Amino acid sequence: MSVPAQSDGATLTQDAAPGETLLKVTGLQKHFPIKKGLLQRQVGAVRAVDGLDFEVRSGETLGVVGESGCGKSTMGRLITRLLEPTAGTVEFEGKDITHLGVSGMRPLRRDVQMIFQDPYSSLNPRHTIGTIVGAPFRLQGVEPEGGVKKEVQRLLSVVGLNPEHYNRYPHEFSGGQRQRIGIARALALKPKLVVADEPVSALDVSIQAQVVNLLDDLQEELGLTYVIIAHDLSVVRHVSDRIAVMYLGKIVELADRDQLYRSPMHPYTKALLSAVPIPDPSRKSAKSERILLKGDVPSPISPPSGCRFHTRCWKATEICRTTEPPLKELRPGQQVACHHPENFADQAPQETVLLSDAKEAAELVPDAVLEESAETSAAVAEEVEAEGSAENRTEGSAESAAEGTTEAAEGTTEGSEESTEAAEGTTGAAEGTTEGSEQSAQAAGESAEAAGTGAAEESAEAAGTGAAATAETATTDESPAKEK
Amino acid sequence: MTELSKSGAAVGEPTSTSPAPSAFLEVRDLKVHFPTDDGLVKSVDGLSFQLERGKTLGIVGESGSGKSVTSLGIMGLHTAGQYGKRKARISGEIWLNGTELLSADPDEVRKLRGREMAMIFQDPLSALHPYYTIGQQIVEAYRIHHDVDKKTAKRRAVEMLDRVGIPQPDKRVDNYPHEFSGGMRQRAMIAMSLVNNPELLIADEPTTALDVTVQAQILDLIRDLQKEFGSAVIIITHDLGVVAELADDLLVMYGGRCVERGPAEKVFYEPRHPYTWGLLGSMPRLDRDQQERLIPVKGSPPSLINVPSGCAFNPRCPYADVPKDNVTRTVRPELTEVGDEHWAACHMSQEQRERIWTEEIAPKL
Repeated sequence: MSVPAQSDGATLTQDAAPGETLLKVTGLQKHFPIKKGLLQRQVGAVRAVDGLDFEVRSGETLGVVGESGCGKSTMGRLITRLLEPTAGTVEFEGKDITHLGVSGMRPLRRDVQMIFQDPYSSLNPRHTIGTIVGAPFRLQGVEPEGGVKKEVQRLLSVVGLNPEHYNRYPHEFSGGQRQRIGIARALALKPKLVVADEPVSALDVSIQAQVVNLLDDLQEELGLTYVIIAHDLSVVRHVSDRIAVMYLGKIVELADRDQLYRSPMHPYTKALLSAVPIPDPSRKSAKSERILLKGDVPSPISPPSGCRFHTRCWKATEICRTTEPPLKELRPGQQVACHHPENFADQAPQETVLLSDAKEAAELVPDAVLEESAETSAAVAEEVEAEGSAENRTEGSAESAAEGTTEAAEGTTEGSEESTEAAEGTTGAAEGTTEGSEQSAQAAGESAEAAGTGAAEESAEAAGTGAAATAETATTDESPAKEK
Repeated sequence: MTELSKSGAAVGEPTSTSPAPSAFLEVRDLKVHFPTDDGLVKSVDGLSFQLERGKTLGIVGESGSGKSVTSLGIMGLHTAGQYGKRKARISGEIWLNGTELLSADPDEVRKLRGREMAMIFQDPLSALHPYYTIGQQIVEAYRIHHDVDKKTAKRRAVEMLDRVGIPQPDKRVDNYPHEFSGGMRQRAMIAMSLVNNPELLIADEPTTALDVTVQAQILDLIRDLQKEFGSAVIIITHDLGVVAELADDLLVMYGGRCVERGPAEKVFYEPRHPYTWGLLGSMPRLDRDQQERLIPVKGSPPSLINVPSGCAFNPRCPYADVPKDNVTRTVRPELTEVGDEHWAACHMSQEQRERIWTEEIAPKL
């Protein structure tokens, strides 16, 4: 299918090449104030989104999963700027759109479109399909080649609807067809980024598959970039390239699809995956694999201190209660915010005493899972030890550098050195620091990133010691690497 | 279904004098039709099944396939209330533990409802009364069937809340529904429906409104409670994953009729109806390698006013032309036995279906 060029190309910018960053989000927050009393004084805030960092690359599909109330829909509304962020920045194609006003956003509305969850409430019942799908042209003052009507009919046929239904009203269509109308409307202006908030959850299974396939095809044909927000983990796996798992306003894990599903590292991800009922009756008795979480998600008005998952986690220790784990790349393409990740070396091995909450939670976790997780962690640790023995001195120096900072910094730095990428990493780090011998925080950050962990930077941040400590860590890395 | 709330219902004609069945629950040729301005809505059109104590039957199908109408029919809830002139037309037989419910006296049925059979609804917020505390509602349900004072009943309510895993049940019993989270409300609903130890429990989409982690908790709870109380359970859902977790037997509904019925393993591994194939192909699965593409069922579910003639599935069936003489469009297929206790309603021959399943469908799943 070819898309006819639009006559009005006033805001046409250079399309981002596939793989380039299309949308970049840093420290994004949204707090909804809670007001009380006659004077409507603010007494608190619902911290719906509380510090998100991620980017969306051109041409990919980023899936966002999490339980209800974790802030995933708010996130979707923030990046489409239907809501004003409380803090942080949203950059679209390098342009800061965080606080653009209505008129400032208007040209961008063409490039960023949204598909809504409920196909019943997102279409105006008094408008015909033609008016609904043609509205974007009218609002943006675009005159498509051959006229609006022709273009709308073409869009209808693209999404698999009969173009002759141009004059019908939404109530004459079924749920699946309505969702297609919503998709046609979103595609009218040939957007670059489409944010779909639960696009299939209101649909029947057989229709769900039709819409999922349609989204797939459209992405291929039009080179769209999607952010798909959903709670159904099997649908998200099917459509996404990368997946972000959210819990109480934070991303706890962000990873490539296959990595995430094969070896989830955050305990919450693991629990979430194990909770999905598998349509295979022979596994009915395989209850042993299921991790039950105790209780409910805590309130986002007063989220738990430290790691927000510690109240329901079976691995939580004191550090989880006191220190918030930073989101860092432990494996290439897999960012995790956890002190005690699954399927990986422990990030805070000195912490062994479980919280009482964790002991309770562990009772709900089948023994088989605990054993298996201990095994994999041990295996990873061994592997790391074998590979990392050459770097023993590096490790030592890194530790000494981190001395004096808090436990968190120590734990994470150590973890970063232990990582399997340590060998290449150190060389990278050395390069990084020699280049940036001014020892700017940025150079240190770069080197740390090159080490495949980004830990040095973040651990320092967590410790609150700032860039100086990071630079120091990185410099100490330099010497043994050079010797090598 | 909006029709439900509008229409009262008539108790079906006292039907044939066929002997009481040996099964604990037996439904024979159940029909529930709603007359509307646009025509007769045949929500359930000839449904039969049996269920034994301690067993779980899963009913799956898309919205509008008649799953919920069936469950309300068994509970006798179509007969309750009489708004306007329209009534549901119910016929057939429903035998529960030797009693035929459709021809029974409404007062008799009322005594059974809650005590012998209970229901868990999909949306606990609308199924619980916002004006009364959770405790009051459970106490009411208990005292209708048991002649006890309020104190004893309340003790029983606390006990049930504790059993379904609500923390601090003695305090929470005095909470209102809005003070509970979604998962807890569903637990409270389950506590209420089990307070009289019913022998038949119908769960209508019990987890659809819940998150996966809470869903796992609730499914676990239902399974444990069933073991403990030995009740028969009917679980109605559109999620094949949920039925696979719980159900011993499976009934697939389409357009108000049963298209396939059998032991869960049979229906999952050797399905013999193209619609069941469609359902299995539509689902992205976590336990398999990533599928390239889903195989959806084309088209949309049929209108229950104008159910397609012949096989209701024929407009969406990719194999509608396999049987000769256009028979799929003219003759309604009956359920035929395709294996041990395994029934399917399709015009294609056994061999044809077996071949299509093993050669064309199964490899793609």
